[in-house]
Amino acid sequence: MNPFRIHRGRVAPLDRVNVDTDQIIPKQFLKRIERTGFGEFVFYDWRFSADGTKNSDFVLDQPRYRGASILVAGRNFGCGSSREHAVWALADFGFRAVISSSFADIFANNSTKNGFLAVQLSEPEVAELMRGAREMDGYNLTIDLEHCEVRDDAGFRAKFPIDEFVRHCLLNGLDDIGLTLQHEAEIAAYEARHPAPPKEPTHHRQWA
Amino acid sequence: MTAKRTLFEKIWDTHLVAQPGGRSPIVYIDLHLVHEVTSPQAFDGLRVAGRKVRQPSRTVATIDHNVPTEPRGTPITDVTAARQIAALQVNCKEFGIRLFDIDSPEQGIVHVIGPELGLTQPGMTVVCGDSHTSTHGAFGALAFGIGTSEVEHVLATQCLVQQTPKTMKIDVHGRLADGVTAKDLALGIIGQIGTDGATGHVIEYAGEAVRALSMEGRMTLCNMSIEAGARAGMVAPDETTFSYVEGKRFAPRDAEWESAVNSWRSLPTDPGAWFDKVVDIDAAQLCPFVTWGTNPGMVAPVTGRVPDVGNLKEADRRATELALQYMGLEPGKRIEEIDVDRVFIGSCTNSRIEDLRAAARVAKGRRVNPKVRAMVVPGSQSVKRAAEAEGLHRIFLEAGFEWRESGCSMCLGMNPDILQPGERCASTSNRNFEGRQGRGGRTHLVSPMMAAAAAIAGHFTDIRNWKFQ
Repeated sequence: MNPFRIHRGRVAPLDRVNVDTDQIIPKQFLKRIERTGFGEFVFYDWRFSADGTKNSDFVLDQPRYRGASILVAGRNFGCGSSREHAVWALADFGFRAVISSSFADIFANNSTKNGFLAVQLSEPEVAELMRGAREMDGYNLTIDLEHCEVRDDAGFRAKFPIDEFVRHCLLNGLDDIGLTLQHEAEIAAYEARHPAPPKEPTHHRQWA
Repeated sequence: MTAKRTLFEKIWDTHLVAQPGGRSPIVYIDLHLVHEVTSPQAFDGLRVAGRKVRQPSRTVATIDHNVPTEPRGTPITDVTAARQIAALQVNCKEFGIRLFDIDSPEQGIVHVIGPELGLTQPGMTVVCGDSHTSTHGAFGALAFGIGTSEVEHVLATQCLVQQTPKTMKIDVHGRLADGVTAKDLALGIIGQIGTDGATGHVIEYAGEAVRALSMEGRMTLCNMSIEAGARAGMVAPDETTFSYVEGKRFAPRDAEWESAVNSWRSLPTDPGAWFDKVVDIDAAQLCPFVTWGTNPGMVAPVTGRVPDVGNLKEADRRATELALQYMGLEPGKRIEEIDVDRVFIGSCTNSRIEDLRAAARVAKGRRVNPKVRAMVVPGSQSVKRAAEAEGLHRIFLEAGFEWRESGCSMCLGMNPDILQPGERCASTSNRNFEGRQGRGGRTHLVSPMMAAAAAIAGHFTDIRNWKFQ
């Protein structure tokens, strides 16, 4: 996983609440068996009309937000389906972080596994950033994970909460499977107390 | 005296493997269910790192999301879907995982077959790369959906690193009236607390109305927990639970059964245990619900109206306007005046035998409205066989419903069963998100009875006024 320490980038405002993962990456793209290549399909139904032509009104395709790497969105971002493809699509499109006043749990979990930051600020703070991105050309933010802080160039400064272990993994780009496997002795001890069931139950009966 | 603990806390405590200082705990996973859509990248990750599946016997796979519901044996013409299905077949073989394959007599939606095979049992931790894993909480298990990186983590370690969730009790007083189902209870709860009302929490559903639900009703209720943002939903195990599990293929038997039931009896929440949040619901106030918008919290009684936007707060007003625009509905329109083009009875929420019986009771001796195309998709091959043994398929077919093979089908439209742009559907599934059932499709969530009634009437109608043969 790529480490995340300090990131500075252009901000795109997505002024909608309850953005679900079906919108972030529609189902027809979930059949791919790779982890990459989802970026071109992000927000597909909002960005493209049914015949595949681009809807240039959509915020990500407006010239002033091209190259944005930080998305600011309304509350309950990433709700619905557990599809990690949503994070892969946002990251592959070029985003490093989403800022919202709340995130769905599974989306927030998935983010942390991909060096992608789900930054939680208060509703008034999110509204202020949304305004900044809408009103100022080339509005940039700095997301500083070392100090758990978001800053702009006009004096905005806000702290954000994050689980200490998640922060440690993100800062160092750690593979958390490797970290769990450092507890092999404890896992093995647990399994000795709770043995796995036999793969086929002894009373297996034939099905009609 | 030991502290009073909730059902969730008892399961959580017994599954803690390690609690490294300053870190989230490592939790053991008893049962890992796998399907074709969210697993291929996880297996690739194992291969790249040279890792094995730690506990193949705690891992069970099936193919459900992509399968066509045409008669089995019809070739899969969608090349990427076929490739994804083939990938799971190869991965299960390579890593030694039991797969209930497309042609298996036990194939079905992963959240239908886990319970019906007796894989899901009280007190377990259950995960799957699917948000509706919350379904299994109906058994008094801690069951939650995970992403693909976590799927890989569980395959490799049989553990997950999890922040400790908060607890929420939803206490449903009184009894549900006739025609008001577990689905309506779920929609009523989400309508009240919102689609993020339970974010960060594990819900325990309690109270007289919940105790009175069958196991299948409890599965419907727990299934929709994620639509309120919950990490998981659970119901304490009781005699209803035990008699459902007993005799199932993977359930314990004989002396093991006795000892399992004994330990399961200690799972329910201790009287007086603390919850971070408590919500009270009066069952008598609930009625058949219909969603009118683009998330499951946008819901109204069937006797009600699409909301007026005038008196809403700014953010809610905008969200409501966008939803009504997408849904092609005027503010203030009566729900019963909304016509439907399609009806879908199926999904991990409502595709079990009791759901099909309820819908068949409505359909019996009646005809699907000629303007409507209606399909019934059983949740599994076992459900399909059971329904056919009872003759339910004949009732549906005679009424003009399509009777199809098992799978996720039009709940999310990854197979060919999708809505056309602008088509309006009464659906027993769990999500009415934009485009969920097909681009431009308009989904209204309802119970199986309400869906069957809409198919016949051609519009939404209050099932409580119907007479049955």
